[in-house]
Amino acid sequence: MNQRAVICAAGLLLMAAVPFVYHAQYPLHIMVLILIWSFVYTSWSVMGRFGLVSLGHGGFFGIGAYVTALLWNYFGVSPWLGIPVAMTAATAVAVLIAYPCSRFKITGHYFALVTLALSAIVLQVITATRDITGGSLGYTPERANGGSSVLAFQFSGKTTWYLIALTVWAVGLMIRWRVDRSMLRYALEAISEDEDAASAAGVNVTVEKLKVTALSAAMTAFAGAMYCQYQMFISPDTVSGISVSLQMVFAVVVGGIYVLPGPTVGAIITILLAEVLRIGFGTAALGWDNLVYGVLLVVFIIFLPEGLVGSLWRRAAARLA
Amino acid sequence: MFDLYLLEAIINGVLLGGVLALLGLGLNLVFGVIDVVWICYAELIMLGMYGMFYLYTVYHFPFLLAAVICIAGVGGLGVLLHILVIQPVLNTAPINQLLATGGVLFFLQSAATVMFGIDFRNLGIRLPVLDVAEMYISYARLIAFGIALSGMVAIYLFLSRTYVGAAIRAIAQDRQIMPLMGVDTRRIYLITSAVGGMLAGLASCLLVLQYDVHPFIGLTFGPITFMICVMGGLGNMVGGFVAAFVFAEIISVGGLYMDLEWGYVFAFVFFIIMMFVKPQGLLSRRA
Repeated sequence: MNQRAVICAAGLLLMAAVPFVYHAQYPLHIMVLILIWSFVYTSWSVMGRFGLVSLGHGGFFGIGAYVTALLWNYFGVSPWLGIPVAMTAATAVAVLIAYPCSRFKITGHYFALVTLALSAIVLQVITATRDITGGSLGYTPERANGGSSVLAFQFSGKTTWYLIALTVWAVGLMIRWRVDRSMLRYALEAISEDEDAASAAGVNVTVEKLKVTALSAAMTAFAGAMYCQYQMFISPDTVSGISVSLQMVFAVVVGGIYVLPGPTVGAIITILLAEVLRIGFGTAALGWDNLVYGVLLVVFIIFLPEGLVGSLWRRAAARLA
Repeated sequence: MFDLYLLEAIINGVLLGGVLALLGLGLNLVFGVIDVVWICYAELIMLGMYGMFYLYTVYHFPFLLAAVICIAGVGGLGVLLHILVIQPVLNTAPINQLLATGGVLFFLQSAATVMFGIDFRNLGIRLPVLDVAEMYISYARLIAFGIALSGMVAIYLFLSRTYVGAAIRAIAQDRQIMPLMGVDTRRIYLITSAVGGMLAGLASCLLVLQYDVHPFIGLTFGPITFMICVMGGLGNMVGGFVAAFVFAEIISVGGLYMDLEWGYVFAFVFFIIMMFVKPQGLLSRRA
């Protein structure tokens, strides 16, 4: 075991100990939300950092949430089975979109717009099938056994959820860390520099892109299901559509897309900002959080395109050198 | 068998297509010339619609004057957008420009929420519905169609007959060479942004006759506008024009047999299928 692994393990244990020492419900709730969204943003950044900017992740998130909830309510399929099904569905959709995109060299703007269409489709389908999904009024998974059942993946205790979210978040970081040190990363970096050159050098462009897209979509769908099981309420506007996709992009850009903790820092900033505004100003704050997000996104893209963590990191590295 | 409802849906589709084509035109122009996608394009239209609501309904301006002010105002917003947001990131990775305008989308949407509230507003104008041979055709749509078509003809004339138009087309063809030929790219970009914004303003004046305005209305028009532009081939104005009518027919006829939302779903599915068949746009030739 090297030093870094020991530090990481110790840090995780420390974080896992938090709910046993500190019992306040509301901060725990915020921490669970931050962890779940950190996982979502990390999933997005797995492919986003290679220039594959997808605005379709709102769609994958929605598929994850709705497929799991619908399977449970209509067929009594436990989320333990429903989540893999939802992940498979989202992956299938991702491949269906990503295949023509990479096959016909739809990149950059085009890729963003095509995937944007995807998240719009998911939103529209959920709204249109209102007889089944409840439409824009939202949807609630049926509670089993007073809201606490392992089979139904429903837990009433915040501590349980905190530990689950912490595990999921850690696994998410691990996946991205593994991707960062794999051959896949070198292949994708070569592709993002110059597709033709990468292809000439023997990189199978389509296959490599599909791999990372499928991975990212599956992770996002998993997060969607988690979110649904935790909140026990989903509506098309909160789990799918362009706003959710842009929210992911925003948080990752603010935190820093190229560094591992970037998405997590992005999640902490965005969620705390929204909560502070909500508590400080109440309903008068309606819309203000997004207003600040919007301005921050523009400012970051112009002045700090590497994000907070990314810029600090580089500055620290420059000082050491 | 002759189906009157089908014919009505087809005619309504043609009328809708005119407005959609106008929506796509501004976005296509900006993309073709500046090589930037304004993700917040539909939000500019939303602001224009609010402008119409306040000028016409609250301050009782005559409709035409209000429309002119709105078109000029949204054109000004287009210029502001270019100077404040696009220009600083013009030479960075293309995706940065798209994301920056995504930030503007958030900003405009919530600014509208904060300033105007989330109530649905409308002008309170009820235009008559034409009754042609037992088919009902909305007068508002007919006007919108007519003005959209004239707007497009005007843009065509502007691009093909004027000196500035020729410069704009030249820039769209080759961004590197034209500055060497003495074309002031900065000025052309500003003019293009203004024209793109004015087209959004024109669209907002027409849409406000048919739809209630609320801060999130951009999310209704936005995706469909992008899909029209992508399906037509980004920057390809004729392609966008054709794509708008194809989309409108699918929405209208699809909506006839099921709910209107399903019309949109069909249109989206068609879009995905077309991505496989003709990924570079409807009018593209296989390389």
